Amino acid sequence: MLTILDKAIEHNGLVGAFAFVGFIVLISGFISRKLTFGRMHGSAIAILIGLGLAYWGGVVTGGKSGLADVSLFAGIGLMGGAMMRDFAIVATAFEVQPHEARKAGLIGIVSLFLGTVVPFIVGATLAYCFGYSDAVSMTTIGAGAVTYIVGPVTGAAIGASSDVMALSIATGLVKAILVMIGTPVAAKFLGLRTPRSAMVFGGLAGTVSGVSAGLAATDRRLVPYGALVATFHTGLGCFMGPSVLYFAVKAIMG
Amino acid sequence: MIIYGTALLAVCHLLGIFLGDLLGSLIGVKTNVGGVGIAMMLLIFARMYMEPRGYLPKPTEAGVSFWAAMYIPVVVAMAAQQNVVAALRGGHVAILAALGAVLVCACIIALINRMEPKSDVDPFAALADPDHKPLA
Repeated sequence: MLTILDKAIEHNGLVGAFAFVGFIVLISGFISRKLTFGRMHGSAIAILIGLGLAYWGGVVTGGKSGLADVSLFAGIGLMGGAMMRDFAIVATAFEVQPHEARKAGLIGIVSLFLGTVVPFIVGATLAYCFGYSDAVSMTTIGAGAVTYIVGPVTGAAIGASSDVMALSIATGLVKAILVMIGTPVAAKFLGLRTPRSAMVFGGLAGTVSGVSAGLAATDRRLVPYGALVATFHTGLGCFMGPSVLYFAVKAIMG
Repeated sequence: MIIYGTALLAVCHLLGIFLGDLLGSLIGVKTNVGGVGIAMMLLIFARMYMEPRGYLPKPTEAGVSFWAAMYIPVVVAMAAQQNVVAALRGGHVAILAALGAVLVCACIIALINRMEPKSDVDPFAALADPDHKPLA
């Protein structure tokens, strides 16, 4: 019986994922209402449960894709993969009010640049403090502090060693997770209320996964504005990391 | 027809990714530059063009809004496949560099958003949902 059920789920991965995620969201809504009395958003709890399960999956299988590495939950990989994520993000653009987006255009671009340069400086400086004092390692770890995609792309382009690359990816992953968990908690401090503020947030916080999950857990209506800016973040980082930023570090470090 | 909406979304998505790849290769980076953002703008323009002309009947719109509503479940699935173990094993440098970057950026976000002129108009008025509670 159980093996037949196992097989049915494994052969219908995506459908299984729909059912499983629906169940997580149901439980999260229940926890949000009964245990936190609505103080913590249901989606924030669902994302936390997701991250917890990802940790469990990583420990059990030793793989890189969290719960999606457990064969029974392989469909999660498809449902939460880049294709579906981007498809759903693009769909949210239907809720954008063009005049609101246009009003924040310039400040959005400014925050996009700040969101690349500022984390890079912080990351590279900390790398230096921990003894990674060559320009290549500093640039790679600094780029990882932009996003976990910018890090390895930059590292590969300038020839970083594999342990520095791993460190750079880890930095980006920690950042994404911090943004996912921290955003709903810090929403008031960040002033996340309006489309404009969401666009500033999207530019500065970077990392599409962090921004999209963080805003989803804060206020669903802010998502398209934040995502609209954040999606340019990785591209800009991959462009600036191995070029302008690397040359700047090299010039300073001699 | 509901498929018209989903197809419109798919065409915008693919066109955006294509333009993002094209932009990437033009400026010489091996990655997509803002493809999703370009796709979002294409969809916004498509809606601005089609809605006043009556090309967006309810079922077509539903073909897009279903996917917009699937956004949070998709994000939950995305969270469930993050490499959390690697993130936590990265050691002090990774955790401190990420924490530092997030804290500094959070302060800048707070600063910029405090400079936003106050307005009494609800920017979401058109999409107001009665269940929404202000954040505590």
